[in-house]
Amino acid sequence: MLHTVNKSSFERNSLQSCINTIDDTSVILLIEDGVISAANNANSSMLTDLASQGRVYALKGDVEARGISSKVANNIKLVDYAGFVDLVVEHGTAVSWV
Amino acid sequence: MADILGAEVDEEGFLVNLSDWTKEIAESMAKDDDIELSEEHWDVINFLRNYFEEYQIAPAVRVLTKAIGKQFGKEKGNSKYLYSLFPYGPGKQGCRFAGLPKPTGCI
Amino acid sequence: MATKKFMYLNRKASYGTVYAIESLEVVLIAAAFEQDVSLAFIDDGVYQIIEGQNTDSIGMKNFSKTYHALGDYDINKLYVSAESLEERGLTEDDLMPLVYEDEDDDWAEKPSVKVVSNAELSKIMSDQDVCLSF
Repeated sequence: MLHTVNKSSFERNSLQSCINTIDDTSVILLIEDGVISAANNANSSMLTDLASQGRVYALKGDVEARGISSKVANNIKLVDYAGFVDLVVEHGTAVSWV
Repeated sequence: MADILGAEVDEEGFLVNLSDWTKEIAESMAKDDDIELSEEHWDVINFLRNYFEEYQIAPAVRVLTKAIGKQFGKEKGNSKYLYSLFPYGPGKQGCRFAGLPKPTGCI
Repeated sequence: MATKKFMYLNRKASYGTVYAIESLEVVLIAAAFEQDVSLAFIDDGVYQIIEGQNTDSIGMKNFSKTYHALGDYDINKLYVSAESLEERGLTEDDLMPLVYEDEDDDWAEKPSVKVVSNAELSKIMSDQDVCLSF
């Protein structure tokens, strides 16, 4: 499954809720204000774990728009819109945590 | 705004305030649709009102059909019977006579 | 029409935002299309089905009564996150006793609510064709 999160973890618990109910093969894509959780200082340890397994992505355009490109944690992979589409195709059912 | 016996109705003829409902209003709405309300009509109208009171929604036609069959006998638990009473649809027309809002998901 | 498995994730309490009632409306509309529908209540969403809601003083419809109708619509899989309940000091006994009548078992009344761990919920979610989060 593909889980998208579009809220900052400082503002809402969407990311935490997503992580709480995610299975072993799902991936997370951070979009819109969700990319704020991709910045180094905002990482929860669970997100770091998932990122180290290569299961966390962030939408590049949203990262750049918010000026945090240099702060994105190492293991989080940046994707463009085409990459977003690839993730949807690859992981089937999508859940958007709003 | 249009009204029936002084009670405000919306553009589709549904009561705006549920509490305005009276039996006379139902009879008047039916008369406008060339229907004389029989005991069978009232069974359905009262069922709809009780259902709304209990669940805060008007039942979908599928739910209504099943429940009417269970309560009033199998021969009445089908849409043919309900449409014979309410030719414009048991949900839409029945709920209107019963003073309820249009049922959720009713097209 | 092919049947798909739809899950509605309910994550917010009932009256502060429109999410809960909107979700319920969508669920009832979707039920008309005879799909395989299940509901999950996590985070503050667990408050949607708590027993004893009274909206008299806030001038809003008490739509908690409507959850009792879900059984009539063949919606009888309501999963509640055990962790979310516990975090809020709630137990299954605080929830409304929602039931359905089992057509295949002489209309016996059976409970619709099932408290599950987040891990179990995760498995159930993976099994869905569509998950909608509210």
